[in-house]
Amino acid sequence: MFAWDLLANAIVAGLLLGGVYAAVSLGVSVIFGLLDIANIAQPAFLILGAYAAYVMNTAFGLDPILSGLLFTPVFYLVGAGVYRVYYGSFERRGEESLRGLVFFFGILFIIEVSLSLKFGVDYRLVQSAYVGKSIEVGGIGIAYRLLVPCLIGLAMTLALYLFLARTFYGRAIMAVSQDRVALRLMGANPVKIKTVAFGIGIAAASLAGALLITITPVIPSTDRDYIGRMFAITVLGGMGSIGGTLVAAIILGIAESLMSTFFGPSWAQAVSFGVLLAALAIRPAGLFGR
Amino acid sequence: MRQPWLRSVVRVGLSGALSAVVLLASADSFVAQAADPIKIGFGMALTGGLSANGKPALLAIQIWKDDINKKGGLLGRPVDLVYYDDQTNPATVPGIYSKLLDVDKVNLIISGYGTNLIAPLLPIAMERKLTLIGMFGLANNEKYQYPNYFQIQPAGPDPQVSTAIGFFELAAKQNPKPQTVAMVGADAEYPQNALVGARELVKKFGFKTVYDKTYPPNTVDYTPIVRAIKATNADIVFVASYPPDSVGMLRAAHEVGLQPKIFGGGMVGLMFTTVMTSLGPALNGVVNYDFWAPEPVFLAMPGIKEFLKEYQARAEKAGVDPLGYYLPPYSYALMQVLGQAVEGTKGLDQQKIADYIRANEFSTIVGKIKFGKNGEWAAGRTLMVQYQKIQGTSIEQFRGPGKKVVLWPDEFKSGTIIYPYASALK
Amino acid sequence: MQGTGRALLIGLGVVAAGVLLASLRVNPYLYFAGYVILQYIVIATAWNILGGYAGYVNFGTPAFFALGAYTAVFLIQSIRAPLPVLIVAGGLVSALLGLAIGYLTLRLRGVFFSIATLALSIVLQTMIINWEYVGGSRGLSVIRPSSPPFGNYVTFLFTVMVLLAVIAVTAARFIERSWVGRGLAALRDNEEAAECMGVPTLRLKLFATTVSGFLLGVAGAPFPYYVTFVEPNSAFNLDYAVNALAMPMIGGTTSWIGPVIGAVLLGSAQQLATVTISSEMNLFIVGIVLVAFVVLAPEGILGLVRRLRSR
Repeated sequence: MFAWDLLANAIVAGLLLGGVYAAVSLGVSVIFGLLDIANIAQPAFLILGAYAAYVMNTAFGLDPILSGLLFTPVFYLVGAGVYRVYYGSFERRGEESLRGLVFFFGILFIIEVSLSLKFGVDYRLVQSAYVGKSIEVGGIGIAYRLLVPCLIGLAMTLALYLFLARTFYGRAIMAVSQDRVALRLMGANPVKIKTVAFGIGIAAASLAGALLITITPVIPSTDRDYIGRMFAITVLGGMGSIGGTLVAAIILGIAESLMSTFFGPSWAQAVSFGVLLAALAIRPAGLFGR
Repeated sequence: MRQPWLRSVVRVGLSGALSAVVLLASADSFVAQAADPIKIGFGMALTGGLSANGKPALLAIQIWKDDINKKGGLLGRPVDLVYYDDQTNPATVPGIYSKLLDVDKVNLIISGYGTNLIAPLLPIAMERKLTLIGMFGLANNEKYQYPNYFQIQPAGPDPQVSTAIGFFELAAKQNPKPQTVAMVGADAEYPQNALVGARELVKKFGFKTVYDKTYPPNTVDYTPIVRAIKATNADIVFVASYPPDSVGMLRAAHEVGLQPKIFGGGMVGLMFTTVMTSLGPALNGVVNYDFWAPEPVFLAMPGIKEFLKEYQARAEKAGVDPLGYYLPPYSYALMQVLGQAVEGTKGLDQQKIADYIRANEFSTIVGKIKFGKNGEWAAGRTLMVQYQKIQGTSIEQFRGPGKKVVLWPDEFKSGTIIYPYASALK
Repeated sequence: MQGTGRALLIGLGVVAAGVLLASLRVNPYLYFAGYVILQYIVIATAWNILGGYAGYVNFGTPAFFALGAYTAVFLIQSIRAPLPVLIVAGGLVSALLGLAIGYLTLRLRGVFFSIATLALSIVLQTMIINWEYVGGSRGLSVIRPSSPPFGNYVTFLFTVMVLLAVIAVTAARFIERSWVGRGLAALRDNEEAAECMGVPTLRLKLFATTVSGFLLGVAGAPFPYYVTFVEPNSAFNLDYAVNALAMPMIGGTTSWIGPVIGAVLLGSAQQLATVTISSEMNLFIVGIVLVAFVVLAPEGILGLVRRLRSR
């Protein structure tokens, strides 16, 4: 007899997880998808955001998502700063590929080791009003711990989409990814636009980190689990497509959840890698790519 | 080479590096031979995955050193500790122990913490005919059967079964007897061993297995697993997990509303102070393995109260587990065994020390220890405890007896089981 | 290529020196520390063939290294193969992995290759964890063969590693000076232009990943006998990824000498640090030095020396 309720639960859990994965990948979608910068340090900023929320939670009892929101401007500035260094050292000289990648890897490494030194390797988790409770809807259990971050993730995705489609800076970011010269002719400074975009990408990562630590405990090396997921989602969704990122994230979330429930969780990790390779082999432009 | 300047760079670089290594290798001749101390050397997990236990272990060993030096040292000589961080990486062990033995010229060695860090050390000890006492390793000597290896870990002669036997025995004693078992464990060394033992015990007690799966240690969400277990309606749920999964599993169980008749088994980490204080009442009802509990029988053992007082005073400054109710007493006991063997043989002869350890019973702060086959304890002493009546998350409630009650074995029993699991949650 | 004859002589000389050092039976610690440094010479050189010469960054060094080690474990467990067989087999399997990943991603942009290698380690580790025969997650103890040359197995491994390092460096030098090296340099500077000039870029890239993979596997194959206990976490350690990157970057990526300099300097520093200061601080410093070099001295020490000399 096929376990329908198990299947239903797995799919719902996957959907909720997908919403969070979308939030996690938004930064990469902007920075890699639109700006074409392979920022592999992105997962480190994710974890940094998670630890920021943890510190606020243990010191002041602040809700992690609230701290995430509060820290957004801080991380925006950090992101802008990182981009400036990257631009000055590499982009301007046209030497992006090798050195830029190594630069970001170095940043990833430094952040991870600094967190290890400061916080040790114990798993950190947060306490919050809605962690540990769940509601039943038609025989399917929905944990608040997953639901709230998922909703915030969806909100973030929507906000970013509107920003890119409706505001001046947003449209400028879309433009700089398509035609830098034309942008300049229209009076906008591409470096400034890219700085803004990079800052937004990092801020998104840190907020997603706060969501992450709400659903699961975190240690400094958790970033390595998300490298594959972030890029798999961005590539599958299509570079530069925010809607695509959301769809891909949900697909990945459900795939991992089904793998976990029916085949044993051992192989869930390989799912994102498999998705990445498959996407690259079959349709590198992704589902909704340009 | 076409560029002669490169040759000089290479020369300088190579000679620089070589001189550094040679300098290190000959360093000991520069060290003045002061009061001719006895040097005990070891690697310890001060960073990396096992550092949460490695650092308290180091503190306990240092306390032993201070205690023994206050009493005049060993054989009338002061004791010195020489240790390096093995980073929880077995690949560092050969280099570290070569440095300890060949450069620092230590007189005695002990192991680092954990099965994985003892494993590469055993061949080295065998090759150099050294006596080795291991700290909390599981079945390290089964392959080698080295007679001069001894283990400080209460698992006893059958390590695979030792974790789970109390759990299943308690379950089998209940009336009406539970029928079905769901078992799950992490994809890692200790949980896999525990599950092998659990399967044997299920057969022995006549239970029926309805779920038997593993999961990778970096799983994010335990809800699918717990839901699948709940769907089987198992009476007994046995979990063999490492600290992060133990926490995740327990939280998921509460969220999903998993309430078997008896829950727990081999969940490492529940006894860590940081975990106890963050989970708080979520621990109530869980029946789990343990090695030590602040219950009357254990607190009555000679020297334990003084040790704990000293440890807890130093722990906060050292940034380690503030209560020290897991590994530290055993690390201290390890040093006691070594020290008593040195005094007992009146020397540092490795073979004589090994023979002495094999032949004698030792009195330590964790009770009497006697060694048996392959260096394991002659009688296993893994406890089964149950968390009861925990309220809130303050650390003080865990300091004394009452919250972590010993159910098994009978000689250490300090309370009765609250069965079924659901009753403990009220 | 008149330098080849001389280079081979120098190489043989180095091997002879290694053998001499081994037979002198100096303080054993030298062999343990020396083994690790020599191993890193091989790893750094291997990485640089793809990273420095071709410009394709491989973040998944642990995957290739561990695959070499686990191939060796498999052969030790099954047929108790002798060391030379282990080394060649380990190299071949990792070479295949390099070829496979290259084939799947190198037709796209270089950055996808790098991202794929990032995820590669985790996936391979998951597969090894599920493979009970080589120990799975529990790890496996390996017993060293008895009566080794030089009396002590680690001393023997030290000489083996000297030989492997010489082979790796000679191979790198040979590639660098051949038409392959020139083709790789061309595609590193501008792949499209090289393609237009008739350089068989895809084939060269695949060659580079295969050779790089081979050497990384070769570096990993003796690992089980050195450590005697192989488990996934230490075989797939992130240290290998960072060091494989940092050593060539710090030494200089354009020549075969750069990785050697980087490996010797950084490797010795790390060995010293393991037995002195806290080890995590030491990793932190590696990261800072790496970033500093990438930003300020992108051509590494070789570049700095070159600049100093040309003043």
